[in-house]
Amino acid sequence: MSMTTPDAAVKAAPVAASSPLVEMRNIFVAFGGVHAVQDVTVDLRPGEVVGLVGGNGAGKTTLMRALSGARPADGGQILIDGQPVTIPNPRAAKALGIETIYQTLALAENVDAAANLFLGRELKSRLGSLDDSAMESATRNVIGRLNPNFKNFKSPVQSLSGGQRQAIAIGRAIHFNAKILIMDEPTAALGPAETAQVRDVIKQLKSEGIGIFLISHDIHDVFDLADRISVMLHGRLVGTVNKTDVTTDEVLGMIIMGKLPNEVTQKELAQLHG
Amino acid sequence: MTQVIGNAQAAIPEPSRPPRARLTGLVSSVIDGVRKGARTMEIDMRLAGMVIALVGIWLAFGYASNGLFLTPRNFYDISVQSVPVAIMATGMVLIIVSRNIDLSVGSIMGFTGYAMAMTQRYWLPENLHFAYDNYSIWIIALVVGIALGALIGAIHGGLIAYIGIPSFIVTLGGMLVWRGLIFKMQQGQTIAPLDRNFSIIGGNLPQGSIGELFTWLIGIVLCVGIVYSLLASRRKRRAYGFPVRPRWALGLLMVFGCAVVLGAMWVYNNYALPPLLATNFAKEHGIIEPAGGLIIPVGLAVPVLLLGGVALVMMFVTTRRPFGRYVFAIGGNPEAATLAGINTRRTILGTFVLMGILCAIAAATQTARLNAGVTSMGTSYELLVIAAAVIGGTSFSGGIGTIPGAVIGAVVMQSLKSGMVTIGVDSPMQDVAVGCVLIFAVALDTIIQRRAK
Repeated sequence: MSMTTPDAAVKAAPVAASSPLVEMRNIFVAFGGVHAVQDVTVDLRPGEVVGLVGGNGAGKTTLMRALSGARPADGGQILIDGQPVTIPNPRAAKALGIETIYQTLALAENVDAAANLFLGRELKSRLGSLDDSAMESATRNVIGRLNPNFKNFKSPVQSLSGGQRQAIAIGRAIHFNAKILIMDEPTAALGPAETAQVRDVIKQLKSEGIGIFLISHDIHDVFDLADRISVMLHGRLVGTVNKTDVTTDEVLGMIIMGKLPNEVTQKELAQLHG
Repeated sequence: MTQVIGNAQAAIPEPSRPPRARLTGLVSSVIDGVRKGARTMEIDMRLAGMVIALVGIWLAFGYASNGLFLTPRNFYDISVQSVPVAIMATGMVLIIVSRNIDLSVGSIMGFTGYAMAMTQRYWLPENLHFAYDNYSIWIIALVVGIALGALIGAIHGGLIAYIGIPSFIVTLGGMLVWRGLIFKMQQGQTIAPLDRNFSIIGGNLPQGSIGELFTWLIGIVLCVGIVYSLLASRRKRRAYGFPVRPRWALGLLMVFGCAVVLGAMWVYNNYALPPLLATNFAKEHGIIEPAGGLIIPVGLAVPVLLLGGVALVMMFVTTRRPFGRYVFAIGGNPEAATLAGINTRRTILGTFVLMGILCAIAAATQTARLNAGVTSMGTSYELLVIAAAVIGGTSFSGGIGTIPGAVIGAVVMQSLKSGMVTIGVDSPMQDVAVGCVLIFAVALDTIIQRRAK
């Protein structure tokens, strides 16, 4: 739906000046005694892509799981459009317009594309039965735009290719008028052609005024797509920088050493290049 | 598999064996042809295979028993005896699909059956002074049984879904608990005979069937239903501009479906009431028996009708309701189901409540057929029910299974048992055979599934 009305959304979202769509303030998440996320503050504006980068175990995914309701935060505050909210479960996140594309895609392998796209939000007839034809029709529409070669609408998704499965996961996120999109490694399992497709989709969504948190290992992906970059290390936020203010080397320095560009000495920078 | 072997032998020149290679190539192309035809007609290959296997079993026993197996009377008995296992297997499908197991179904069946017998023999007539065979007794007994089944299912499901105890443990415990508690109700005495209206759902003759006219009427209603639902779904897919199956395939499906239904009804109506019962019937109704004896077609058995109703409701629940979809999604990927916002705990709880209700319905048919409440009823039925679901194509790794498959699985097992009795196989060897068939069925399915990937 959101793809059909880009004009109105773009007008409403002049990127830099607008107030934050999402603010996550001083977020804490602990698993037992392990602090996976400590005192992290990030924000996201409409029509903006914020890249979340950091090594394995830096806490990027855990931070985003607090926003998507998959694992609620243990401390801190989340504001959507300036209003404090609680997000105890995925359903609450979806109700706030937060959609997530998980790294694992989170698809039920044994059912078809439409069943996955509408999982938990099925279209129903008046008596509450499933309206499979209506769901298949909407699925053909939304996935047809993402991947025109998609044909197997009746097959269980386990028999589909990585790109086709990704199309279902993305279609699921955008069909329900997401305002805020979380993408966790959206191109990690894809070939070059499909990666290009996903990049196009991200740019398109951005132009429609959707705010996107993009988790990625690929620093080039992030530099291509993100407006700002938030770097995490060992569960803490190293810092958030404008993409135009930094080089890839400086961001690598933040990821590896946990130091902002102005804190890094020439010697350390040299060591980084080994 | 066959394809690979065929190619390998074609690649390595081996002059002594080309006929075999040609044969496997032929088999392979036949399989592929059938596959393609099935895809065009949009029928479930797995289900079709099971139906063919069932018919094969019937024909084999028919041959081995010189036709004794293939009599209307035998089919009537097989269908009635399949009912309790088939009813419970429809629920077991959902349990196994969602990656759980229920080992307590036999004990729940025994417990609720005994409680229903108690209700109609003691609690209502003696404690509440209902007249014997009062028309409301069977209804109240059935309601009590179903409520108890639902309650037991809710206890199991609650412990599994909300406390997180593995279903294997909870239902293993439940199996012992409910079986043991039967003995605390009436010191384990056999309760007989039961209410006369209640015993109708057992299918015992002469009162347990619906007669010739209603059998044909139900057959016609089912045929109309088949034709209507095929046309309605076609019209809907057309309206959305989706591909539909070709006209010939639609016609073939309609003819085949109606032929199966009417054929079954014809078999039921070809079973005449046994002479002794017919004579009694004549006396009761003041009919003078003709010289050759009275021929009264028995028709469809009441418990089979009940099973049909249960199966239709369960098919509707699994394929047309959000609940059924959630059960399958949980079985396919529990994490994805949770992240999609599905209340997985409530869904799992629901599957066990449903299972408890189905156990009670199965118990009602069995108790009515025995015309007695006995403590041992349903013993080891959990294994038969699980076997029926699995023979019917339910996958133990979760996410796969169908209601019609489970019903066919139950009929396959009962056919094997009855068939072996007919040809004089002794009881221990019957178990050996059923065990082998169970493993063979799953092995075959595993190989075919692997080949399909």
